Amino acid sequence: MRKISLANLDKFFAKIAEQAKLYIPVDGKNGTSAFKLWQEGVVMSQALNTTRSAKDFFFPQTENLMEFKTEGKNIEIIDIREEKEDFVIFGVRACDVKSFEILDRVFLSEPVDTFYASRREKGVIISLACGRPNETCFCKTFGIDPASPEGDITAWKTETDLYLKANTEKGEKLLSSLDETTEDADEKAVEEQKKAINSIMDKLPLKDLTTDKFGVGKTKEYFNSPAWDELSSHCLGCGTCTFVCPTCQCYDVKDFNTGNGVKRFRCWDSCMYSDFTLMAHGNSRLSQKERFRQRFMHKLVYYPDNNDGMFSCVGCGRCLAKCPISMNIVKVMKTLGGKEND
Amino acid sequence: MQKITRETLIEKANELLSSGKVNRVLGWKKGEFSYDVTPAVFTDVEQMKKDFVFDDFSGANFSKYLIKETRKEDAKVLVFLKPCDTYSFNQLLTEHRFDREKVYVVGIPCDGMIDISKIKEFAGDGVVSVNTDSDNIKVDTLYDGVKEIAKDKILLERCVNCKSKKHVAYDELIGEEGEILDGNRFDEVAKLESMTADERFEFWQNELSRCIRCNACRDVCPACTCEKCVFGNPNSGVENKSPANSFEEQMFHIIRAFHVAGRCTDCGECSRVCPQNIPLHLLNRKFIKDINEFYGDYQAGEEVGLRAPLVNYTKEDLEPSEAVNREEK
Amino acid sequence: MTNETLIPKLGVITDIRIDTPDIKTFRVVSLEGKKLFEHRPGQCAMVSIPGVGEAMFSITSSPTNTEYMEFSIKKCGCLTTWLHQAEVGQNVTVRGPYGNPFPVDDVFVGKDLLFVAGGVGLAPLRSVINYCRHYRDRYGKIDIVYGSRSKDDLLDYQEIINEWSTDSGVNVHLTIDREQEGWDGHVGFVPTYVKELGFEPNKTAVLCGPPIMIKFTLQGLSELGFNREQVYTTLELRMKCGVGKCGRCNVGNKYVCKDGPVFRMDQLDALPDEY
Repeated sequence: MRKISLANLDKFFAKIAEQAKLYIPVDGKNGTSAFKLWQEGVVMSQALNTTRSAKDFFFPQTENLMEFKTEGKNIEIIDIREEKEDFVIFGVRACDVKSFEILDRVFLSEPVDTFYASRREKGVIISLACGRPNETCFCKTFGIDPASPEGDITAWKTETDLYLKANTEKGEKLLSSLDETTEDADEKAVEEQKKAINSIMDKLPLKDLTTDKFGVGKTKEYFNSPAWDELSSHCLGCGTCTFVCPTCQCYDVKDFNTGNGVKRFRCWDSCMYSDFTLMAHGNSRLSQKERFRQRFMHKLVYYPDNNDGMFSCVGCGRCLAKCPISMNIVKVMKTLGGKEND
Repeated sequence: MQKITRETLIEKANELLSSGKVNRVLGWKKGEFSYDVTPAVFTDVEQMKKDFVFDDFSGANFSKYLIKETRKEDAKVLVFLKPCDTYSFNQLLTEHRFDREKVYVVGIPCDGMIDISKIKEFAGDGVVSVNTDSDNIKVDTLYDGVKEIAKDKILLERCVNCKSKKHVAYDELIGEEGEILDGNRFDEVAKLESMTADERFEFWQNELSRCIRCNACRDVCPACTCEKCVFGNPNSGVENKSPANSFEEQMFHIIRAFHVAGRCTDCGECSRVCPQNIPLHLLNRKFIKDINEFYGDYQAGEEVGLRAPLVNYTKEDLEPSEAVNREEK
Repeated sequence: MTNETLIPKLGVITDIRIDTPDIKTFRVVSLEGKKLFEHRPGQCAMVSIPGVGEAMFSITSSPTNTEYMEFSIKKCGCLTTWLHQAEVGQNVTVRGPYGNPFPVDDVFVGKDLLFVAGGVGLAPLRSVINYCRHYRDRYGKIDIVYGSRSKDDLLDYQEIINEWSTDSGVNVHLTIDREQEGWDGHVGFVPTYVKELGFEPNKTAVLCGPPIMIKFTLQGLSELGFNREQVYTTLELRMKCGVGKCGRCNVGNKYVCKDGPVFRMDQLDALPDEY
């Protein structure tokens, strides 16, 4: 374990930034925060989590996939993929770190998505333990430990110091390159913080939420539940939950005619949108209820079915905070799961 | 002002449900925490006793929901509308978006709704409960115990600049009726106008660059009631799920503001729901302010059937050049 | 750089056959004149005209064809309308193959096969029918019931008459919805015709066509004694990636692009009714 005094945090960041682009959470206007490129003078946000998740680093909201030149009947395909640069993300919380594993199972399964994979390869993740979990947090429901987040390096921030421990070869390499700015440390302060975090976790309002009723093989049980009508009845069909969600990975592929060729790009899409399943000759999910059901069935049943029981939710609480009508996965789980879950 | 309690509203709903005047009630349903109330439809009073809430977090404007609700079979909908909501209600009627006969409006007074993001900004993480029984709001937190703050410090933006405490539509009123207010709602716009073009550009660049294109502003907006929005219609030729660049991102919001110009009642729902807290209402307010200055004061939704200046040509209308050159005047 | 499934191959249209008033069959090869890639019967490919769109189509030619691939495409939306206006020599992009094929090398072997198609529903079956005709001795008797609105709407009519009908052990039963001048064949809807023909329930059946045809044909087959485990069909939903990642073509936990498009009826029964 290594540590560095918080007073020297800037030196630490500067040292990392010498080797690779470094992104840290930074406060934006009106109570928002986001990962931003660190440079001299950029101050780290104290917020628990960024407004958008960290998935952008590997699966950006929009990215160009390829280009085409067309002339008469001829088409030319231009592969625009290029070698990505190394980068470091500092301050990723346990929930978002876990979300990478969920995205990996989609994008890194055969055939591998090379756009995602090339970023994943180049990114080093320094996670940060959650000193002050929020009332909307329920990561424990999904077996995530906010006191010991995964990632290439785990960091703990105490009143005075930042403690660091490498978990992977990549992390080891980065951490050892920072030896000049860090010093050896024992685990005592970290152990204390872990204990403190865990005692807070036991006080959170959603601490008793369980996944017991969901997971593999539950399609028939919930698909035709009458509860979907009421749960979805006031859903606006916007994409807020999807776009702030660290695990939502659906995308659209579209062409943009620049007048001087065609750019084929992909962008985040939302199963909540009415054109998501629209074909030239029909639509398999005509009502908002069907679209709403798809989102939650996917997270709670379909994804686990295809991924050894792993759920496609990390309990980050962003949808709880951001849904315009305050409908969210917790309410869905409690309603479908019945009283025992209340 | 005397506070209207949930019990009063449940009692009113019970009376109307029992008499058969209505068969469904559009109301707020309690959530997981004190602040995350969800719009819901209640069909019996027992349900209401269990889940109905009315408090300082009942901010949602139900006018737009009436389009969907009144299309249901045999719908006779009771809706509780705050003064500002009634402007949207009238505007929707002006645009023939639902059948007035199917709705029973109970106007309820409002002394401002609370913005949970302002509470969180004040109290920090871990807000476990918020007590709004008095104007001294008590926020119970995981980390700092109970913190108190005056309600007028944490109001939603639209309530800080409340335009009216007077209902412009109702079948029945509960509580005291208020007055149309002479707010300062254009101050912020005036500030933007006084900026140089570059400063203003930077301001909006900064705000709009946070947009995640979730469309919540559009989907909640009572003026955005197209059955199919051009931006969400693959056949429109301008469908646009994500921005090609930051310029296009701004265009989405500016075009949307154009689309609702003269119809936007300044209800503030867009800014309330924006997950990135972008002050979208300022775009709409700029249009309202301009319309007022160009054509005389106009408040969308003030009366059913009002013709907005932008769709009501008169020979006295100012010429485009006058509008463009007004700064030099 | 490693292969990326989303980046397509370049092909050129070398032949366009007008099959019906709204269906054309496009022959596609690589720019070097070779087959773009190998596939199994029933698999699909994403065909695109950049700037217009990209969509999933059945590869209607048989894998046994070593020279080219064919796609029978009905004019329906943006891309298909564009393709219908295209001329020979037009480049297209193609990627694939995607999806699971019909079990032609195991389940179908040694069985009597019954193919039932309606309208453009013959497109996905053409590759498997021609595959089975090519390896004729691996399979038992082959019956093909095919119907369309009118004689003009019958896909691959010349091939059916000149090749399929002349094969030994292959029986073709054509039908059209309404009487028509110059048509002396059967008249009536496919499901009724299937029942009239009264097949022995020892066959493996493959259905493809409009949902209503599938529904009533299934009823008819079940009355004839067929089990749902003997019947295969194909699904079609909105697709963007073709590899089970973009998230839209799922029915329950199955992705049509990756786990389908071929499903056995009892497999479909296990999925929610959302297709």
